[in-house]
Amino acid sequence: MYKDKIYAAAALFNTADGIVEAARKVKAEGYTKFDVNTPYPLHGMDPAMGLKPSKIGYFTMAVGSFFASLMTFFIYWTNSVDYPAIIGGKPFFAFPSYIPVIFEVFILTSAVLSVAMMILFLFKFPNNSHPLHDSAFAKSTSSDRFGIYIEAKDPKFDYDKIVAMFKGLNAEITEPIYYDTEEVTWKPKIWDPKFILGLLFISFVTSASVYVYMNKIIYMSPMNWMMDQPRADYGETSEFFADRMSMRTPPAGTVAQGFMPYKYRGDHLSASENLSNPFTPSKEVLELGQKKFATFCSPCHGDDGVAGRIVGMPGANLTLDMYKEMSDGMLYHIITQGSRAGLMSGLESQITRDERWAIIHFVRVLQNIEQTNDDVAEEDDDMWGDEEDMWGDEEVSTEEVE
Amino acid sequence: MKKEKIVRYEQKDLPASYTKWSNILLILGLVLGILAYWIDPQRAAFASLIGFMLSVSIGMGAMFLIAIEHASGAIWSVPFRRITEYMTGALYVAPILAVPVIISLFSHHGGIYHWTHTEDVLSDPFLSKKMAYLNTQSFMIRFIAIWLLNVVFKFLMVGSSFKQDKTGGQAISKRNAFWSAIYVAIFAISVTVYAVDFMMSLEPHWFSTMYGVYFFAGTFSTVMAMLTLYVIYFDKNKMLITGIRSDHYYSLGGWMFAFTAFWAYIAFSQFMLIWYANIPEETFWYIPRMEGVWAYVSIGLMLIKFIVPFGLLIQRESKSNPSRLKLAAYWIIGAHVYDLYWLIYPTYSKMVGNVNPIFGWQEIGFIILAVGLMMTSFRMAAKGKNHIPIGDPKLERGLNFHL
Repeated sequence: MYKDKIYAAAALFNTADGIVEAARKVKAEGYTKFDVNTPYPLHGMDPAMGLKPSKIGYFTMAVGSFFASLMTFFIYWTNSVDYPAIIGGKPFFAFPSYIPVIFEVFILTSAVLSVAMMILFLFKFPNNSHPLHDSAFAKSTSSDRFGIYIEAKDPKFDYDKIVAMFKGLNAEITEPIYYDTEEVTWKPKIWDPKFILGLLFISFVTSASVYVYMNKIIYMSPMNWMMDQPRADYGETSEFFADRMSMRTPPAGTVAQGFMPYKYRGDHLSASENLSNPFTPSKEVLELGQKKFATFCSPCHGDDGVAGRIVGMPGANLTLDMYKEMSDGMLYHIITQGSRAGLMSGLESQITRDERWAIIHFVRVLQNIEQTNDDVAEEDDDMWGDEEDMWGDEEVSTEEVE
Repeated sequence: MKKEKIVRYEQKDLPASYTKWSNILLILGLVLGILAYWIDPQRAAFASLIGFMLSVSIGMGAMFLIAIEHASGAIWSVPFRRITEYMTGALYVAPILAVPVIISLFSHHGGIYHWTHTEDVLSDPFLSKKMAYLNTQSFMIRFIAIWLLNVVFKFLMVGSSFKQDKTGGQAISKRNAFWSAIYVAIFAISVTVYAVDFMMSLEPHWFSTMYGVYFFAGTFSTVMAMLTLYVIYFDKNKMLITGIRSDHYYSLGGWMFAFTAFWAYIAFSQFMLIWYANIPEETFWYIPRMEGVWAYVSIGLMLIKFIVPFGLLIQRESKSNPSRLKLAAYWIIGAHVYDLYWLIYPTYSKMVGNVNPIFGWQEIGFIILAVGLMMTSFRMAAKGKNHIPIGDPKLERGLNFHL
């Protein structure tokens, strides 16, 4: 006990009526820094003390609204922007199904943060002491007495006068309350090693128990029942279905994930009219096109699209005017479905949609190379030299493309 | 030591202006209602259905309020329990408002319920299965039986309360608590059956297990709002003994606030489950309400029935402020009428082949008629009676009620 510094003048009453009367009197005398401690809530205490309704509701509302909007944005960003996935045939931003989550976040954050802010600002955390702690006054008011105290901070504080007033109100005990020694000398310091160690200890215990739970406990019996549910593996006989097949035929119209159905199957005219290349011929696209052309097209069409340089190459010469005039959509249709004559088969299963469009860009490049060479051929008189130039030109051009 | 009886009470009738206004509204409503029925019986039946469900809300809701007060031994509401008891007079006017609806059940053309057309029902695989429940005879039996049951309990609970004024004592309170406990169960069935029969069966293919609770949520907040209005009115005209404390007002406001939020919870649950499951046999009820102008009416419902009253009542001060409570109470009653319109009228729009909401003097006329009838029944119930249950042993504690 630090006898020099007084915290408050306190009084204990025996009856609830007595304490309400005392609170009314203290309020009427003009004291502002006073408080009442009772073992249970008393009716009429708020008006007797002149307490205004608490403002904590506004704070709770603000915190809750802030985190609820943050949550709304978070769900929006994860479900509609960063990783859009169709769930249950709902739009990417399926607001009605987010409302329960947003509501819960509102409740949780406003409640938890109200308490946290109260501890931080009103109790001045990490301070955990108060002059009333361990005092006879606090012990009485938490069991069978009704207590009132006026703080020394009050501008009208005068110990003897207050004690006289309490005596006049038939107080059972009047006593001064002093600050603890620790309380007076204590300075708030957030880097207190004890406090930091405490935080570290709590975080260690929390992480360790989460780790043990997530990696050990849920794999133990009987927590692992979810992993042992009856299910049919691929190719297994089913005891459940009459035809004993465990793999079921999907309903008509089912689209496998990642496989966009091709709309213009068998309709090359509409494909030619309606499809257009979604990419611009950038370096990446052309490189991809060249790579895929080399893998899937060159065995028949040749490295340069001019088939027939090697005996037995069955593909068409893509540099012919007929192919130059074909629209991108038509070429796409042929790569997808195969040629109409049936000499080329569709490569739908081997080449993805994006790769097909990239190949078309690359084919256009090949066609333009030939065109330049034709122009050169017309200008040059020396037929043999032309031939050599043509080969040389093409190699240079190909390198340029690469 | 014998305790002196402190309650001294002089009986005072409702002011003349109340009689004047109830008569004006009643006559205006009757004229408009009869005119509307003469022009278009089908539309009049739809319009009177709004009035009927409003009077059911007030009548049965007031009965329920009395029942839970008796059953739980409530103290705070004893000083104005008489007002709730007068409000149960709305039970008597409900059948009057149901007349156009009942006539439309038996008319072969222009009825409002699709399931009354027997030839359509028999050719429809769903409706022919539901015929055991949805047919005119059993509809009428349920309507009359439930109404009679409610009237019987009105005599048991409200009648004995007036008897207690002369006798006093605990015996009648105990008996009321007994009947009240039974009535609470009857009320749950009554409100659900009325909501399902009169409103949900407008779309006989559709069903929702939330529907009864949805209607109950609106019902209870409306009864609380109506009670608040009357309490403020009685207090203003000095017809209650010591006046009403702010703690009483706080409780009334708290109930209105709670059931505003409860309605939103129920309405949203019903909507979200149907929206998420996305089953055509359930969603077709919501789709007309989410298209075209009706979409704005639905957004309006959210604003009017939830967000505005929630904002009006959320502050602690506003729950004990009579002028704010009065505004909120009028608003909540209006919102309940809006809600009933939203529940009932898309069917009428579909029936006459109009995609837009239809609202005109016919609807206003029947709402005025319902209000006029309820005000008149209240006036007749209150005539020459004690507005305070002076024989109730809990009265003194109720007058000194502290939160």
